[in-house]
Amino acid sequence: MESEFISTMVLTFKLAAVTTVILLLIGIPLASFLVFSKMRFKSIIETIVSMPLVLPPSVLGFYLLLAFSPASAIGSFMSEHGIRLAFSFEGLVIGSVLFSLPFMVHPIQSALSGVPKTIFEASYTLGKSKLQTMMRVILPSIRHGVISGIVLAFAHTVGEFGVILMIGGNIPDETRVASIAIYDEVESLNYALAHQYALTLFVVTFAILLLVYTLNKKSLGGIR
Amino acid sequence: MIYINIKKHLDTAEGALEAHYELSITDGEFLTLFGTSGAGKTTLLRLIAGLEKPNSGRIEVDGDVWFDSERHINLPPQKRSIGFVFQDYALFPSMSVRENLLFAAENEKQRRTVDELIDLVELSQLSDRLPATLSGGQKQRVALARALVRHPKILLLDEPLSALDPAMRTKLQDELSLIHSRLGVTTLLVSHDIAETVKLSDRLASVVSGRIERLCPPMEFFSPQTLSGKLQLIGEVLKIEEDFPAIIVTLLVGSSVVRTVLSSAEASELCVGGRAIISTKAFNPILIPLP
Repeated sequence: MESEFISTMVLTFKLAAVTTVILLLIGIPLASFLVFSKMRFKSIIETIVSMPLVLPPSVLGFYLLLAFSPASAIGSFMSEHGIRLAFSFEGLVIGSVLFSLPFMVHPIQSALSGVPKTIFEASYTLGKSKLQTMMRVILPSIRHGVISGIVLAFAHTVGEFGVILMIGGNIPDETRVASIAIYDEVESLNYALAHQYALTLFVVTFAILLLVYTLNKKSLGGIR
Repeated sequence: MIYINIKKHLDTAEGALEAHYELSITDGEFLTLFGTSGAGKTTLLRLIAGLEKPNSGRIEVDGDVWFDSERHINLPPQKRSIGFVFQDYALFPSMSVRENLLFAAENEKQRRTVDELIDLVELSQLSDRLPATLSGGQKQRVALARALVRHPKILLLDEPLSALDPAMRTKLQDELSLIHSRLGVTTLLVSHDIAETVKLSDRLASVVSGRIERLCPPMEFFSPQTLSGKLQLIGEVLKIEEDFPAIIVTLLVGSSVVRTVLSSAEASELCVGGRAIISTKAFNPILIPLP
C-alpha cells in the first residue's frame, strides 16, 4: 500500500512537471502573439485559449477521448508510430497541457501587455534583435508573471480531475494520479488512504504557492 | 553630414496631416526641434531612428543611405548608428545602472568605456542600483549615458527633461551642454522649453504641422529685434490684475517671477499663458555673479 501511495504521488508530480515545462515553452510565444499580433482572427485564438476556464472538464475529456481513439485520424496516425494516447501517460500530458493552458498564458500575457513599448524600442535602438530583446530584457522584467504562470499551471495540473478521469482511467503507474486515487479510495470506502492523498496534496500545494509568492514578493521589492 | 527629405502621413488629434521634413544637419551640431505638441517633432526623431517608416523620401547619414523609398532601402533601428533617449527614459527594470549600460555595449572596447560614462554623468555611487530606486534626474542621466555607449552618429533626445523639476532641469541642461561639447556628437533635441533651446542649441528648427517652418539660431527666433542698448527678456504671462488706473502683469522669466505695471492700453494685447518680451531702456544693466 505504501509503495503504491508513493508511486501515485510521483506520477502526479511528474505529470505536473512535464506539463508545466511544455506549457512554458508554448506559453511565452503564444502570450507574445496575443499581445503583439494585429491579426484579425486573434480574438478567436484568445477565446480558444480561455475556453478551459469555463468548459466542463468532461467536455474536453470527451472530445480528447474521441480524438485519441484508434478509429480517429489523430489516434490512428499516432498508433501507426507506436504511440497510444488513450489511457496512457502521453495522453494525460496532452490533456493537461490543453486544460492548463490559460493558467500559463494569462499571467504572462497580462505582464507582457504592461511593458511599455519604449522598452522594446530602446533595446532595438541599442542594436539588439527581437529575440535578444525578449530573452535579456523582457523576460527578466516580467519574471513575476512567468513565475505566476508556472505555479498556477503546475498547481492546476496537480489538481486536475475531470479530464484525466475521461481520458486516463485509473491504471497504476501509468495514469493513476492522486486526484483520481482519492476518488477511487473513497468509492471503496478506504477513507484512511483517501485522507493520506488528500492531506498530502493540500500541504504540498499550499507550500508551493506560499514559497513562490514569498519569493516573488521579495524579488519585486527591488522593483516596486 | 545628415541629409533628410521625407514625407509621412500622420494621424494627429487635429486630423490627418501630410508631414514633409526637409533638413540637413552638420557634424557635431546641436539642433533643437521646437514647436507645440502634436506638431510632429517626436515623429521626426522616430523616423530618423527607424522606429517608424516614412511613406517616401530619403535619409542619408555620412554618405550611408538609411532610408530610400525609390531604392527600397530601409535599415532597421538596429543597423542605424543612433542613441535614443525616450521621454519615459525606458530603462530596463531588471538591470542595474551599470548593466543597463553594459547591455548596450557591442564589444570589449565599448564595455571598457562604460565606467567612464557612469563617471561623466556622476552616477558612480549608484551604479549597482536598480532603475526603480533612482530619482527622475538620475534615471535621465542613465538613459543619456546608455545612449552614448555605442558612440552613435546621432543622439536623439525626445523631451528628455520635460518631466523634471526646474532646478534639476537647469542642472541637466548644463550637463548635456558639457557632454555635447566634450564628445561632439551630433544631437537632435525635441523641446518646447525656450530656456533649454537657447542654452543648448546651435540652431533651432521650428516645426509647425509636420513642416520645418524656420531654421535659424535660437536667439534670432525668439528675439528677432536687433539689440540697441535694450535689455530684453522673454517671459510667460502668469496673471493680469487690474489696479486702477494701471494694470499689474506678472510674468515668469526663466525661473523668476517678475511683476510690472502697464497702462490698460499696453496690456490689452496680453493674455494669460501667452509669451511676451520685456524690454527696458536701461542700456547699462548691472550683472552680478551669484555664489
